[in-house]
Amino acid sequence: MSQTVAVGRCSGVRLPPFQSLLDAHRADVYRFCVALVGPGEADDLFQETWIAALRAYPRLRRADNMRAWLFRIAQNKAIDAHRARSRRPIPVESVPEPDSVPPVRTAVDSEPELWARVRELPPKQRAAVFCRTVLGMSYTELAMLLESSQDAARRNVHEGLKTLRKEYAR
Amino acid sequence: MNELEHALREAAASLPAEPPADTLQKLADRAAAEGVLDVAYAVVDSPLGPLVVAATPRGLVRVAYAEARSQDEILEAVAARVSPRVLEAPSRLDEPRRELDEYFEGRRTRFELPIDWSSLRGFTQKVLRETARINFGELRTYAEVASGAGSPRAVRAAGNALGANPMPIVVPCHRVVRTGGGIGGYTGGVERKEFLLRLEGVLA
Repeated sequence: MSQTVAVGRCSGVRLPPFQSLLDAHRADVYRFCVALVGPGEADDLFQETWIAALRAYPRLRRADNMRAWLFRIAQNKAIDAHRARSRRPIPVESVPEPDSVPPVRTAVDSEPELWARVRELPPKQRAAVFCRTVLGMSYTELAMLLESSQDAARRNVHEGLKTLRKEYAR
Repeated sequence: MNELEHALREAAASLPAEPPADTLQKLADRAAAEGVLDVAYAVVDSPLGPLVVAATPRGLVRVAYAEARSQDEILEAVAARVSPRVLEAPSRLDEPRRELDEYFEGRRTRFELPIDWSSLRGFTQKVLRETARINFGELRTYAEVASGAGSPRAVRAAGNALGANPMPIVVPCHRVVRTGGGIGGYTGGVERKEFLLRLEGVLA
């Protein structure tokens, strides 16, 4: 705690109270989490994202583009969670019975089919498609989020839409 | 905007847009458990209007009249003085809320909640600690408080420290008045000072 105070004083930027970030961005962050991992796991990702943000917040050097910063955390957390899951051995009980083959799509009732397909895109494309088409995010902000150039951000949107268009046309 | 992008937007509108109601409470609890919630605050009702009450894990750091200053301004100052890791977490302020309620109902003459003095510097902290020792229903002058803080000649500086008291009511700067008998100023306005002194039976 005393360390935090010292850091907060010395960093030179005046960071707004964290609650104001939560108020301003929680709806967008939540929707982004849903887009990344689906409604079933969005709550966990949402919590992980904000806890990680809170942990890093006092060391932040600048307080602009907070949405891109938060989305980047969510994106990285989603990738971590995915890696952890794929490393985990599958418990024996969950091996499907031969006659009950699980559906290919994992769409939840509240989730439209199209978004289930967005979630099958590679992570960067998934984020790019959501941010661009739903939030109308600028390429400047999207590049910041993806930690890439604006050209690369553009390509991610384009590639993602191209894949979806093929499926959509089917 | 082509057909696919339009369809994506339409489809996105039917995705859940808000986290479930208890998510924020769970977030604050988890932040506290993991040691990353430095300041929790709540807005508490009182006969003097809504109060913003804030505490660190060590104790109270702020009580503010929400009508005298905007809530944003109050919280920004807390972020700058204590830590920017500030979250609304009413359940973490049950004790201050209870003690304030009891005080305003006339059932409490002494606050027992812990106070976090660590963000207050030098003379200001001395003056406010001295003020915290003034009993319910008693008055001191600015000069007496300055003396008690170890600097009898620093009356004006003591007045400034009291004027900047971040924990009015709990650190009872309303019990400090002018030497000549004048009531003196108050952060929340003189009418609030008079209300508190009437509550304590000092003013008729």
